[in-house]
Amino acid sequence: MNITEKILARGAGKSSVSPDDVVFANVDKVMIHDVSGPGVIKVFDKLKKQGISIDKLWDPTKVWVAEDHFVPSAEKVSAENIVKLSNFTKNYGIEKHFKYGMGQYGICHTISHEEAMVLPGEVYVGGDSHTNTTGALGAFACGLGHTDIAYVLLNGKIWFKVPETYYFKLNGKLPDHVMAKDLILKIIGEIGTDGGAYQTMQFGGSGVDEMSVESRLTLCNMTTEAGAKNGIVEPDQKVVDYLTQRGTTDMNLIKGDDDAEYAKVFEFESSEMEPTVAKPFSPENTTVVREAPSVELDKSYIGSCTGAKYEDLVAAASVLKGRKVKIRTEILPAAISIYQRAMENGLLKIFLDAGVTVGPPTCGACCGAHMGVLAKDEICISTTNRNFPGRMGHVESQTYLSSPLVAAASAITGKITDPRDL
Amino acid sequence: MKGNVIKYTQDNVDTDVIIPGQYLKIHDYAELATHAMEGLDPDFHSKVKEGDFILSGKNFGCGSSREHAPIALSHSGIKAVLALSFARIFYRNSVDGAFLLPIEIEQNAYDGISEGDEITINVSLNEIKNITKNQTYKMKPFSEIIGKIITAGGLFKYNPDQN
Repeated sequence: MNITEKILARGAGKSSVSPDDVVFANVDKVMIHDVSGPGVIKVFDKLKKQGISIDKLWDPTKVWVAEDHFVPSAEKVSAENIVKLSNFTKNYGIEKHFKYGMGQYGICHTISHEEAMVLPGEVYVGGDSHTNTTGALGAFACGLGHTDIAYVLLNGKIWFKVPETYYFKLNGKLPDHVMAKDLILKIIGEIGTDGGAYQTMQFGGSGVDEMSVESRLTLCNMTTEAGAKNGIVEPDQKVVDYLTQRGTTDMNLIKGDDDAEYAKVFEFESSEMEPTVAKPFSPENTTVVREAPSVELDKSYIGSCTGAKYEDLVAAASVLKGRKVKIRTEILPAAISIYQRAMENGLLKIFLDAGVTVGPPTCGACCGAHMGVLAKDEICISTTNRNFPGRMGHVESQTYLSSPLVAAASAITGKITDPRDL
Repeated sequence: MKGNVIKYTQDNVDTDVIIPGQYLKIHDYAELATHAMEGLDPDFHSKVKEGDFILSGKNFGCGSSREHAPIALSHSGIKAVLALSFARIFYRNSVDGAFLLPIEIEQNAYDGISEGDEITINVSLNEIKNITKNQTYKMKPFSEIIGKIITAGGLFKYNPDQN
């Protein structure tokens, strides 16, 4: 079995599973946030009317809660959702609730690794599509909707069809000025937004071995944009070190067998990658930056679970240092812990000196929610994950998806710019 | 099931156009319905009727895990979406929450059915009949687990130990 099959077999209490088997897997961790949480509460209300008991959760210690999409609240509906979420966690005895304005908080997928909320070998489900991100720690991490999450909260298990696995063998260390974001955009450009549909996308090879844990998180994050059920990397010493630094002492490092089977193997020469963008209006609409259209940008946005981890901010700072931005530029660190490190290590000063607005952790404009959404005809370069029509605001706005290096270089010139050409 | 078809001749109809992100804070199902398909078809809300079907191309519902998407369509009156393929979370949200039927169709049904056609869907026969054009097409059968959850009326009514 490969790593995904082994984790699902363990979760289902079976000695082995194969692709297409339907299993009910026990869940080790579950996450809700300020969109999926109120969605779950609505499902609970329906269940109560149907006479189904919602008196207690299966295990509140395995549940954790983020506030990220509509925080800080811009208007009263969002504010009321935060109150609902707080009442829910209080009533059900959920202690791991990361509240904005009270120390550590941030985008759920960022909290998942920054706070080591999910560990290798676990079955982890979240009420958000980019739950796939956390597979970079060697967990089975999969996004679900409100009904499914409500089911997990009450029953501790959920059904899965065991996916086939597409193995992406990445050869060689990424060159300077090229990031994991460029690589995953290139991969999605090749296989398409349904190229991994219903499957596992597993990453391995020397390109992954050389990569930081944060870069692997970027790869797994955007498996969602290829339609995958989960993205995953087998855990190595880098993952152990990363989680140990965050206080984890006990880890179950599940890896695939030597004779593990993969439905398809793709090879990419990561050592030959170039800075890449996805043009409007699909993540699969990719081109290398040097062949990107010469458009006048209105804005550069460095934020989200995809593109505002600490490593992403360091990359942006390397370009912005000693320079001034030519277009509106916003940087929103994805968690308070990242914000704090950025302050301690001088990144915030670099950003502010360059003229950037630094905002609080939030999903914000990535999903068109608030805090810097785009007007009609505005064009943005963004380190986020999707650029469908209307994703970041007006349906006639445009978003180019890029790495933090490209977004920062483009902020300096006002055009889509390869950081090597600055 | 019998109804008329609203056809969107594209692939990758994503959740950001089915229900734009700014409405994710809304959890009132009737209010969500007023914004259904707003990113792709601002006239949808005024033209959709109870019992209608949507027909579209590949990878319908790609993007986010928002259950708001099948909820907004279902509470607009849509009973089934017919598509060449579906994105996984939209598909399972539709079934597990018992909001609508996600029906995978073959190319001949996609090509044969036009906007406004009246069709009937017979799930037990895996058959779609186009009354307007007097044609019949096969639908791809539901997998075993999906069929059982649909029959039960959603995931919470499905008992894995008894089925």
